[in-house]
Amino acid sequence: MHRYRVAIVGAGIIGASIARILSMYENIDVSLIEKEPDVGWGVSKANTAIIHPGHEEDPKSYPLRARLCREGNELWREWVRELDIPAKWPGELMVFTSVEEEKAAEKYIEFAKVNKVPGVRVVYREELRALEPTVNPDALGAVYAPTAGMISPMEAVIAIVENAVENGVKLFTETEVFNVRVSANRVIGVDTNRGFIEADIVINAAGLYADKISNVVSVDTWFFIKPRRGEYLLFDEDVDIKPTRILHTVPTLVTKGVYVVTTVHGNLMIGPTAEDLPVDAKEATSTTREGLEYLWREAGKILKVLPLRSRVIRTFAGLRPEPPNGQWLIKAYDSPWGFVNVAGTRSPGLTAAPAIALHVLEQMKSVFDLRLVKKEKWNPFRKDIVRVRNRSIEEIDRLVETNPDYGEILCYCRMVSKAEVIEAIKRMKAIGVKTITVDGIKFRTYAGMGKCQGSFCRWRVALLVSKYTGVPLESVVVKRSSYGVGDVKLLLRVRTAKGQG
Amino acid sequence: MSNLIEERYDVVVIGGGPAGIAAAIRATELGLKTILLENRDVLGGIPLQCVHPGFGLHYFKEDLTGTQFIHRFFERMERIGVEYITSAHVHSIEYRDYMEKVVNVITRKGVLRLYSKTIIYTVGARERTLFEIGVVGDRPDGIYTAGEAQTMMDIYGVLPGKDVVIIGSGDVGLIMARRFALEGARVKAVIEIMPYPGGLMRNVVQCLRDFNIPLLLSHAVISIAGKKRVEKVTVVKVDEGFRPIPGTEFEIACDTVVIAAGLRPNIDLLERLSIAIDPATGGPMVNELLETSIPGIFVAGNALVINDLADYVVEQGEKAAEGAKIFIENSGIPAEEWKPVKRGRNIRLAIPHYISGERSVTILARVAKPEQRVFVEVPEVGYKTFHMAVRPAEMIRLDLSKDALSKAEKSVTIEVKPIAY
Repeated sequence: MHRYRVAIVGAGIIGASIARILSMYENIDVSLIEKEPDVGWGVSKANTAIIHPGHEEDPKSYPLRARLCREGNELWREWVRELDIPAKWPGELMVFTSVEEEKAAEKYIEFAKVNKVPGVRVVYREELRALEPTVNPDALGAVYAPTAGMISPMEAVIAIVENAVENGVKLFTETEVFNVRVSANRVIGVDTNRGFIEADIVINAAGLYADKISNVVSVDTWFFIKPRRGEYLLFDEDVDIKPTRILHTVPTLVTKGVYVVTTVHGNLMIGPTAEDLPVDAKEATSTTREGLEYLWREAGKILKVLPLRSRVIRTFAGLRPEPPNGQWLIKAYDSPWGFVNVAGTRSPGLTAAPAIALHVLEQMKSVFDLRLVKKEKWNPFRKDIVRVRNRSIEEIDRLVETNPDYGEILCYCRMVSKAEVIEAIKRMKAIGVKTITVDGIKFRTYAGMGKCQGSFCRWRVALLVSKYTGVPLESVVVKRSSYGVGDVKLLLRVRTAKGQG
Repeated sequence: MSNLIEERYDVVVIGGGPAGIAAAIRATELGLKTILLENRDVLGGIPLQCVHPGFGLHYFKEDLTGTQFIHRFFERMERIGVEYITSAHVHSIEYRDYMEKVVNVITRKGVLRLYSKTIIYTVGARERTLFEIGVVGDRPDGIYTAGEAQTMMDIYGVLPGKDVVIIGSGDVGLIMARRFALEGARVKAVIEIMPYPGGLMRNVVQCLRDFNIPLLLSHAVISIAGKKRVEKVTVVKVDEGFRPIPGTEFEIACDTVVIAAGLRPNIDLLERLSIAIDPATGGPMVNELLETSIPGIFVAGNALVINDLADYVVEQGEKAAEGAKIFIENSGIPAEEWKPVKRGRNIRLAIPHYISGERSVTILARVAKPEQRVFVEVPEVGYKTFHMAVRPAEMIRLDLSKDALSKAEKSVTIEVKPIAY
């Protein structure tokens, strides 16, 4: 059996980023282990998708968060180019609507100075309205942070993993780690539902479950993760109200504020709520009536006009891994030697991910004697799937000439072609996804992300999955369960036979 | 610059369901150079997957299944020689001038640029989703719209699930309840938020009562729970304002939720042309020849208004084709004056929205609430018919002759009046 130098537990944005950084080195082979059928299905999947500037991190209480947030913001600009990840950099406005909020907002100007976040300043009514015409005219002003950006977090994870695998990382999906094996006070690998994976170093990037993994090796036993639920409203791309800039309310002691954004895919999105759940509620991604109502109220404070409720195309919730006192636990241990925690990386974890990966490497270098050798041929680049959407008809015509499958549109809402779905299936297979899910294809192609939410295209996508994987249509997995329960005629025949018997 | 394939037509029909097929047949019969575009790989639209009867009673005076109904039109198409393309996705519509529109179409052979004097838009409807009707909770597998479930079962032979809760008692929901029951699935309940069923009475009887499927009126599904697959739904009683009544919640265990919470005209391509939309129908505003607020663009079928019967849809397609003919011959629809069709007492929606008064008109209307023993009236023209009952689920049809309409001066009003009003 292969012995890996490093096993990373969790293929979310953090695990993937670490894998990519480690893939630069000749003498570090990496296994990236994920319990879900695909990458990025945990914390990375459902969040506000913001690349924060770093002015909201208190440098006194959270120096690490503050530093890695700003560094991550800079690194992402490079990573999105290298990896062809959908991103934009519109800047953000922390909108205040009262004198008290204005006072509360002022401290972020101070944080910006200490954290060296460029360009942060207060803008008042006129400028605010000029910067963002959709803003509530009653707003007094805002803290403007021009370096804020937005990405597609799921596509970021996918892109990073594709690139890491291209550079030699081995991905194990549907592989759940339940034990970190230690011998003579050294980590020797992980036990999984698919057997033992041998590794000298185990990096715990298990998101919401990072406390469990950490506890198995009995380090920092005080540590735990409380899921903090955030609910969101996502709107049809055709709504008129689409802020150019990232808008959000002033953070309070309880929340980081509610954001009103236009996603990189052009949908208005409002969220999140902030609801602390018990430690074991690690899958509690239900939405609630109260949560969604709260979002409507908060959005009403910063928007001039709210869109119609009927234009909501999806509501969803994600969980953030909230550690005690909000402190990230990023540490390489010499007892047991070879264990690394990258745990409790709550917001701004997404922003900081590339910087966290570099920081983890530094920690590892200082505790383990890594003797890194850079690969001569490391490919920093990855290209996105070529899409029909947002192209001119002349460009589409040329695409169809190269491959007629581009001329067959499967998802009408988002104009996704058959070629894109087939390409997504190929890429999933290429990174080592065992079960090709309809949801996995959705995240890669956007098929099913429009206003009909897949009612016109899900079966078309499922048919292609069936064709390219040999799985019968009814057994194609949508997210975690099969599309159907069986063949209508077969079921009938069985029943008829029984009836006669 | 580009070498896109360009063609010229009198009529481009977008959408190959019953409305589009009927429009294309009629337009071709009228001698117009016509092409029909369909984005699926087969023509026929929704009736293709409707294995239940109830089609054609009005149009063919026969009770046909959806499949039989649409095949009648396929035969006609073949006889007449209607030009069509399948797997053709309309990328965009350009309005160049009064007599010239361009339809950009993505096909496996490349992008076509179709120049046309008129367009008949017949793309049908889309189904409302779970999120539009405000259901909260988990988002597991096992949630389907009725149309998707029907496609799976009756085109691909896949049974979506075994223990089913259906949200919505419109015809689609009722028919799917029976469809599941016929395959041996257990339909636990059909949940309807209104105090009355949303579908035709005949469907309530034939699809639910005959199969002992419970219909819960004034109830709503408020949340869904399930880790991998749907495990249960929470149902609550609602008051007259559709607000949940606290303390009335109960759960139904199921592995499948079918959303049949109504249809919405699919008007994306038209919205991008800033066409006038009627909030009551969700479709474009039209005149009696089903021309929209953009000259030479006609709309028919469920893209215009959600119809009860495919038969009506076909009539609308034919009407739009006749409109296209008149438009082309006269460089526009001739009318001295357009008079609005007003919605009076208990009328929720009415089609068309404005009329010339110079042609006979078929008005389709829907009431806001059920009533018994009423007159449907158009006072301006002296029209008055007695109805034992009117129900939101059943469209009212009014045929107004040219002669009668000549009496209307400024507008016509459709209204429902109780006998002792």
